[in-house]
Amino acid sequence: MDSSQEKRIAGNKQFKDLLAVKRMFIIPALSFFLLDFVGFVVLVGYDPKLASLRVIGTVNVAYLFALLQFVLGWTIAGLYLMASEKFDRLTKDILFQTNSAKIDAPRGAGE
Amino acid sequence: MTISLAVFLAFVASTLGITFWAAKRSRGASAYFAAGRRITAWQNGFAVAGDFMSAASFLGLIGLIALQGFDGILYAVGGFVGFVTILLLVAEPLRNSGKYTMGDVLAYRLQPRPVRALAALSTLTIATLYMIAQMVGAGALIALLLAGSGIGYNTAVVGVGVLMMVYVVFGGMLATTWVQIVKAMLLMACTVVLTALVLKHFHFHLLDFFAAASRIAYHQKGELVVKDFLQPGLHYRPPHGALDLLSLSLIFAFGTAGLPHILVKFYTVPNAKTARNSVVWAMAVIGSYYAMTTILGLGAAVLLGPDDIVAHSGTNMAGPRLAQVLGGDIFLAVISAVAFATILAVVAGVMISASTSFAHDVWTNVIHRGVERRPGESVVVARIAAMAVGAVAVLIAVALGPGSNVLILATLGMAVAASANFPALALSLYWRRFTTAGAIAGLSAGLAATIGLILAGPTVMGIDAPGAISHHLIQAKPWFPLENVGIVSVPLGFLAAIAGSLVSREPAAEAKFDELVVRANTGLGAERASG
Repeated sequence: MDSSQEKRIAGNKQFKDLLAVKRMFIIPALSFFLLDFVGFVVLVGYDPKLASLRVIGTVNVAYLFALLQFVLGWTIAGLYLMASEKFDRLTKDILFQTNSAKIDAPRGAGE
Repeated sequence: MTISLAVFLAFVASTLGITFWAAKRSRGASAYFAAGRRITAWQNGFAVAGDFMSAASFLGLIGLIALQGFDGILYAVGGFVGFVTILLLVAEPLRNSGKYTMGDVLAYRLQPRPVRALAALSTLTIATLYMIAQMVGAGALIALLLAGSGIGYNTAVVGVGVLMMVYVVFGGMLATTWVQIVKAMLLMACTVVLTALVLKHFHFHLLDFFAAASRIAYHQKGELVVKDFLQPGLHYRPPHGALDLLSLSLIFAFGTAGLPHILVKFYTVPNAKTARNSVVWAMAVIGSYYAMTTILGLGAAVLLGPDDIVAHSGTNMAGPRLAQVLGGDIFLAVISAVAFATILAVVAGVMISASTSFAHDVWTNVIHRGVERRPGESVVVARIAAMAVGAVAVLIAVALGPGSNVLILATLGMAVAASANFPALALSLYWRRFTTAGAIAGLSAGLAATIGLILAGPTVMGIDAPGAISHHLIQAKPWFPLENVGIVSVPLGFLAAIAGSLVSREPAAEAKFDELVVRANTGLGAERASG
């Protein structure tokens, strides 16, 4: 665990790719989710008439929108778990390649 | 009331058993502060849920929904939303780059002493606010449960204080984690049963249930009114209601990811992947729990009616009262015991995060510059700190009395987390130019703005009508119009952190950024499991 391996990784092209791939998932997913949540709150706060519009029986837009937050949150969590499989694989490769000793595969990241 | 006492004593006995078992295994700092980092994903998921679902989300939330309808449900949605931020931004890099506290991550590339001191200050502030909320809940619960038995609010508060000190002082993080796991399971089981009892009244037809919630009759200012409880806006009204809500949503989006007692849980697992999976477990538990509290809150409004809730139990006791009406005294006893267990588990979690931060950040790293003079010293200091923090929280809770809604108190703690901790944590993980000056500016501006605005806002300041149940600490017109200060304090925390960084230069911090990114993303050099 010398810091020279960290330097090698920081300059490694595959590591930069890994960061890019992670960003490609995390930034859109989190922005979308938080904007949706803020949108939900803004709708409820600023247009209570629209939010009170009944859709199914007496269940109104506000409740369906609230339910959507849970469904979206779980969906994003599921998608992130799937995407992470790939992140973990890439991480393992990078750690293996940049470990000059290569006696045993480094542990600690993906295991 | 003997049954509730029996259930409660059974819980206390089993948690003391856990503590005894954990105490034998807690050798060394990593065992005491981080449960030896051997907690598995599902265990940590339940522990995080048990740490997060507090008296506020059980007692306070159900009452709030029962009296304010949809405006209370926003708290349920908000409590869940923050975990997506934790999952995507915080849990894995935190696990990979820290050791015991949030201060570790900040100190990784910034000057350790000032950032750790401020991180500890905000951690202790949040811990105090949270603990007071839990203690007030415990006292009010006992007052309802054992009315006439001679055990009053003050005794209950002291009792909770002593029990949690036992867990934390002797059992450390391992005992705390298992107490939280057991509590999360009990709470989920009770919530499922209570939800089923509510829906059974409507023959499990959800639409009939919502139809009943759309016409609820109660007295308001002496007149009988019928309201659609499904409509938003029963609490957050013009002129500032919508802005207050937006403010609340900012606190929820970022506050959970800055709560020290939640963050420390990610140090108890062996690696980043387990941390990630444990957040997803927690999201499953917490999400389904909050979805059910919606039914319970509306159920209390439909089956008991707001009049009954105000008359019999106050906002904090709508859940136990619902259990009593639907399931009889035995079920009330069980629910109350579980609510009490909930409080113990959260208080223990908050307390261990506070004492860890004091021992590790303040004592070892700020005062003694990172040198442990005697092996095991930090654990000893943490144990003493736990007792001191507990004593202070007990005193404040006794002084405040059982009146205040515990959910609102806990939300204040979350406001500090969103405005001070989260900006500093996020920028130190993701922004190369972040500097010590920026962290100091962000942490202190976020903390000061949150506390200042709360003190000047309608939660503390207000003129009470004669005979009002709740009372304001300062009898004057509020200077700041919003209950939730996030709309000002969260951007302020970020802006101060960014401005402070831009006016200063810290080449050493920039140089270490690459190393931090490598470690945060690969787990290289991360703390290993032990014990």
